[in-house]
Amino acid sequence: MIDSNTVLNGQTLAYTFYVLAIMSLMGWFAFQITRQGKGSPVKPALFYSWVTFLVILGVSLHFITYNTIPWKPMDYHRAEIKADRVFDISVANHKFNLPSEKLIIQCHEKVLFNVTSGDLTYGFGLFRKDNTMVFQMQVLPGHVNDILWQFDKPGVYSIRSTEYSGPEGYAMIEKDVVEVVGCETSSN
Amino acid sequence: MNFIQTLLNSEQGAFKPKTLTPMQKLTLRFVVVGLIYYGFAVIEGMLMRIYEVNTIPGMEPKQFFAIMTAHPLVGIFGSTYSIVFGAFLFLVPFLMKKPLWSIKLGNWTFVLVAVGTLTFWTAGFFSEYAPLYTLYWPLPADFTQFSALGGAFFILGIALVMLGTVFFVINIFKTILYTPEGWDKQPAGKLIASALGYSGLKNLFSKKKEEHLVSLPVAAIARGTVDVALNAGIILFTGVLILVYMVAHLMGYDLKNTAIDALLYKNWFWWGLDLVADGLVLIFVAGTWYLLATLITGKKLFMENWARAALLLELIVSWTVWSHHLMSDQAQPGILKLVSGEMVTAFELITQGLAFFITLVTLWSARPLTMTNPLKFLLGGLLGFALAVPAGIMQADLGLNRILHNTQWIIGPHVHVAVLVGLTMTLYSAIYFLFPILTNGAKLYSQKLANFHFWAHLLGGIGMGAFMGMAGLKGMLRRSLYLDGEFNVYMILAALAGSLLLFAFIAFFYNIVMSVGINGVIGIFKPAETKTRDLLPAEK
Repeated sequence: MIDSNTVLNGQTLAYTFYVLAIMSLMGWFAFQITRQGKGSPVKPALFYSWVTFLVILGVSLHFITYNTIPWKPMDYHRAEIKADRVFDISVANHKFNLPSEKLIIQCHEKVLFNVTSGDLTYGFGLFRKDNTMVFQMQVLPGHVNDILWQFDKPGVYSIRSTEYSGPEGYAMIEKDVVEVVGCETSSN
Repeated sequence: MNFIQTLLNSEQGAFKPKTLTPMQKLTLRFVVVGLIYYGFAVIEGMLMRIYEVNTIPGMEPKQFFAIMTAHPLVGIFGSTYSIVFGAFLFLVPFLMKKPLWSIKLGNWTFVLVAVGTLTFWTAGFFSEYAPLYTLYWPLPADFTQFSALGGAFFILGIALVMLGTVFFVINIFKTILYTPEGWDKQPAGKLIASALGYSGLKNLFSKKKEEHLVSLPVAAIARGTVDVALNAGIILFTGVLILVYMVAHLMGYDLKNTAIDALLYKNWFWWGLDLVADGLVLIFVAGTWYLLATLITGKKLFMENWARAALLLELIVSWTVWSHHLMSDQAQPGILKLVSGEMVTAFELITQGLAFFITLVTLWSARPLTMTNPLKFLLGGLLGFALAVPAGIMQADLGLNRILHNTQWIIGPHVHVAVLVGLTMTLYSAIYFLFPILTNGAKLYSQKLANFHFWAHLLGGIGMGAFMGMAGLKGMLRRSLYLDGEFNVYMILAALAGSLLLFAFIAFFYNIVMSVGINGVIGIFKPAETKTRDLLPAEK
């Protein structure tokens, strides 16, 4: 499965390009409206083209991501997908309780993280050693909070609460407790 | 005039508070208090920016999160609500050419919003009540972490603001619909249909175009006010619910937190909160853009029927869009995430994109324009939303939300750029435009300071949002702390950009104080000497 960092890099490029374009456009516009115009009115056809463009853009974004970001359809249909491994994790009193000291995952396995809260609303996120995020979800008390993920790269990850649960919440980190192994033959 | 004379008596002595009507005083009071609370929010923001770089000695994480709780509420309720309510209580009667329905009720709105904000801010400061504005259940009622008494005062403050908000809603709709003494009976049904956008929608599909009884800016205010009313109801109800738990705890009874379903509550509360973020803010901003564009150019708005219809669409979108805040909640039904979270949210790109385009074309049609303060701040506001709305649409996607939710991306390029650059610069545009009207011709002290205000605010707002966003893309969470300097490069740059915002505000505040003088500011808060219900003095 494509790495989430790759998706973020793509997003960074796309948004940076857009920011530069729109700032340049506004700068040009601000300069031009202080100058003498030709007096020709803007045609409604331009307006309708703009509306059409916005509709296509708004809707197509989600279709594109559905077809290019693999965890999106996997997450939506996770109830119908059999996980290779399930980790049941509970949280209470600002502490994660893991099923074992280390959560070992074999490369290419689909893993279901099933997290329950005994008191507050928390978050559950997996982070790389450089603090970048692999994924996250919310953890609500009284509800099933599960996420299915496929790991195709070796790595050691930390678990961190991604939702505020009070002033102690920022320290909810389980360092280097998730390890993906067995990817030796994979190309990274 | 020397410096001291100007400081005391305004630039060239041009501001004379004794000439102000009660309505002018009411509006100016809202603006002054709104700006003071904006100053609170900026200082709180800077404290948090510094703390994100390096913990401040003597300041515990609990205080940091108490500031984080108060900061958006002071910014939205204390500052934005004050300025917007003050401006609209003046503009609706101004545009409809009739007096405000009740100046007394307007004064009550002012007092309740100002006192309510001070109450919840003080309660948060002393008790460090810190469940954040999201109030995720059962955190606001977790008395192992927070003081029930402090929390009760905090909620009381919010409730006062909401009561003032309800009075604002009543005043706006009554002003649109009522018949002033000596007037012919006003057609209330047709007025409300026009105000809510029905006539605009009908005109899109009808060959015989009906005349609009209510001008477009008033229609925008009316439609946004519907969301204000619904939002006040949700927040008041939620506040009472939390208050019940607090009072019970103070009386020695601990009610079961599990009696309230955390997911249902989250849906309910976000439905209400989103009526602010994705409802009234967008509608009010679009309406203000239209108003400013027509006032600056003196031209009719481009594609007015479409603009009216888009505002009606935005109203409906704002009621069905909340689920994009719950895309990382795995218990939330998938269909809600898809329809409300992704698809309906995409409509915001369309409605806001239309408002952006219509405003730009209206300005374009009036070339050449002089680059006045209202125009440059209006362009800044337009740019702010052009940057922030697409950033929001990206995170409202099931795939991207999985790696963006609760990161600095959300709060930086989306929220802060929308609020600080988009919304605040639009409000500044309106303030610069209304300043001579509301002050009976007071002179701006320094154009150089106004220019500095513009550039420092624009660059500071975009810069801060950008550096926060970069940190977010690298995994930095919002609503958290990093004590080992993991993201210091971004946080230092964000703090530097944030300090530009602070300097911009200081320059603006100083400019305004010098323009009206300290005696002028005091005069605004003294009772009006004329008892007229007219908006402006008779000689105007």
